[in-house]
Amino acid sequence: MKALKTHTGTLMPLDRANIDTDAIIPKQFLKRIEKRGYGQFLFFDWRFNEDGTENEEFILNREPYRNATVLLTRDNFGCGSSREHAPWAIEDYGFRVILASSFADIFYNNCFKNGILPIQLPKEQIEELFSKVAAQPEYALTVDLESQEIRDSNGMTKHFEVDDYRKHMLLEGMDEISATIRHEEKIDTFEQQHRLYYSLQ
Amino acid sequence: MGKTLYEKIWDRHVVAQQPEQPDILYIDLHLVHEVTSPQAFDGLRQAGRNVRRPDRTLATMDHSIPTLNRDQPFEDEIAQKQVEALRKNCDDFGIKLFDLFHKQQGIVHIIAPELGLTQPGQTIVCGDSHTATHGAFGTLAFGIGTSEVEHVLATQTLKQSKSKTMAIEFQGELPTGASAKDLILALIGRYGHDFATGYTIEYRGEAIRKLSMEERMTVCNMSIEIGARAGMIAPDETTFAYLSGKSYVPEGKRWEQAQAEWNELFSDEDAVFDKVVEFDCGKVEPQVTWGTNPGMVVSVNGQVPALEDLSLEQRKIVESALAYMGLEPGVRIKDIEIDTVFIGSCTNGRIEDLREAAAVVNGYRIKQGIRALVVPGSQAVKAQAETENLDRIFKDAGFEWRDAGCSMCLGMNPDIAKPGDRVASTSNRNFEGRQGRQSRSHLVSPAMAAAAAITGHFTDVRDWPLRTGEGVTG
Repeated sequence: MKALKTHTGTLMPLDRANIDTDAIIPKQFLKRIEKRGYGQFLFFDWRFNEDGTENEEFILNREPYRNATVLLTRDNFGCGSSREHAPWAIEDYGFRVILASSFADIFYNNCFKNGILPIQLPKEQIEELFSKVAAQPEYALTVDLESQEIRDSNGMTKHFEVDDYRKHMLLEGMDEISATIRHEEKIDTFEQQHRLYYSLQ
Repeated sequence: MGKTLYEKIWDRHVVAQQPEQPDILYIDLHLVHEVTSPQAFDGLRQAGRNVRRPDRTLATMDHSIPTLNRDQPFEDEIAQKQVEALRKNCDDFGIKLFDLFHKQQGIVHIIAPELGLTQPGQTIVCGDSHTATHGAFGTLAFGIGTSEVEHVLATQTLKQSKSKTMAIEFQGELPTGASAKDLILALIGRYGHDFATGYTIEYRGEAIRKLSMEERMTVCNMSIEIGARAGMIAPDETTFAYLSGKSYVPEGKRWEQAQAEWNELFSDEDAVFDKVVEFDCGKVEPQVTWGTNPGMVVSVNGQVPALEDLSLEQRKIVESALAYMGLEPGVRIKDIEIDTVFIGSCTNGRIEDLREAAAVVNGYRIKQGIRALVVPGSQAVKAQAETENLDRIFKDAGFEWRDAGCSMCLGMNPDIAKPGDRVASTSNRNFEGRQGRQSRSHLVSPAMAAAAAITGHFTDVRDWPLRTGEGVTG
């Protein structure tokens, strides 16, 4: 998995609460069996008109936001379906960090498995960042996962919370399955004493 | 201090605990479908890994498959490829698959309970957020992403941190004419779409005890719609009666042993929940969503919110939802006309749901111009409904009678609502574009969807004149 230690980039302000994973990547793209190439479908119904042309109204299609790598949004981002295609699309498009006032559980968890850092900040701080981007579209932030800080070039520093395990996972780009397989003996032992009342075979 | 049901199940499944790391949690049953698994199987191949417990893994096809003309090649080549990938993966790794023509094929959260594979005290996962459905049996069941699907395939475990716990205490009795769907929608409406984020819910109280297993599944199914990854109900005699005699449930001494074990699955009286919520179900009425998330819901006798009463933040959210839904503020729910009806899904695609809808439909015809689909949750539900002649009632009324699958709940297959279509749907999500680009979803119970199909607008089923005779036209 991709590691993330620090990241610097401009912001894409997506001023909306409750953005669900159906909006992040609509269902018609979930039939593909590949893991890559979903960036082109990110926010598809908002980003493109019925005829396939770009919707100029949608902020992601405007300069300089088109090339932003930090997504700024509001409450309950990533709610709904567990589809990991959502973080795949976000990462493949080029976003590495998401700032929001809250995240849905499954989506939040999925981000860390795909080299994306989701950062939850208090509502006032999110509001403040929206104002800063509104005043200066090229506004950029540096995110430092090790020190759990976001900084801008005007000397602003904000601390953020992230649990130690997820932080470690992302800093190292850890392969979680290999780490668990090291406990294989414990799984064997557990299975010997664990009772189940069904058998599929 | 006592333990909650959640903690009891958790503790019984901890394989390893390490300082400053999530626990390694054993998974008793892993359910797999075509959409969230192909990349996980590819991951296994790339790393040269095997499926650790194919005997604790069950696969079916449900999300992207057609519900019509299954003997024909799919219209959608990409969906065809996805289904073929699942076949190959199950074949290569030795996993039992209920394929398109299997008599047990169906929506993953419908088939595991009806086969008796879902049993109290288990941990169950699936790459699908509605996995909480199985919590109705007193199991810890939750949705996972594809990376975690791969982790479970390889190790039969997951790395998990305990969530917080929430008790939702239902008080009073659910009134006649209000269904389990209305109960859970009313709850979500009261507390909001993200209220339980970070929690596992235990639904409690007399009203829950009185629900059938299928109704309990409807309640637990929508836990994710209030933000909770898992929701559960302690098992009781209703649970045991439902399970008794199911295909994968043991018999004789093993059954007695199992029951004795399952009887211990309840929250101790002195267990402490992180949050306790009391909800009076005595006044719950049939519900209809008006917006673009399940928390935007009101009674059928209510109206779409008027903007004047809202805070600036709320107003922005409501305005945007109403613009998408093509509704004016303050409109009466009963005045909203619909053109499409969908009865089915893992929320409301079980036999009791179809009986409830058929009772309303019996002796009527759907309003001219309305497109109405009944999609049973499984082929077993379909067969049972046909034994009871429910299919006749639906077909005589003008409904289309389909094969089992997720269908228009998420429109991954050809059952898609067109732009501008307004759907009365028994499914679980009314997000923008969920049932088809620019389509408008209103979530309701099966009886409410059936009534709307006949009158063409939302109608209070409590006033519905039931007809029992055949051949009557409405």
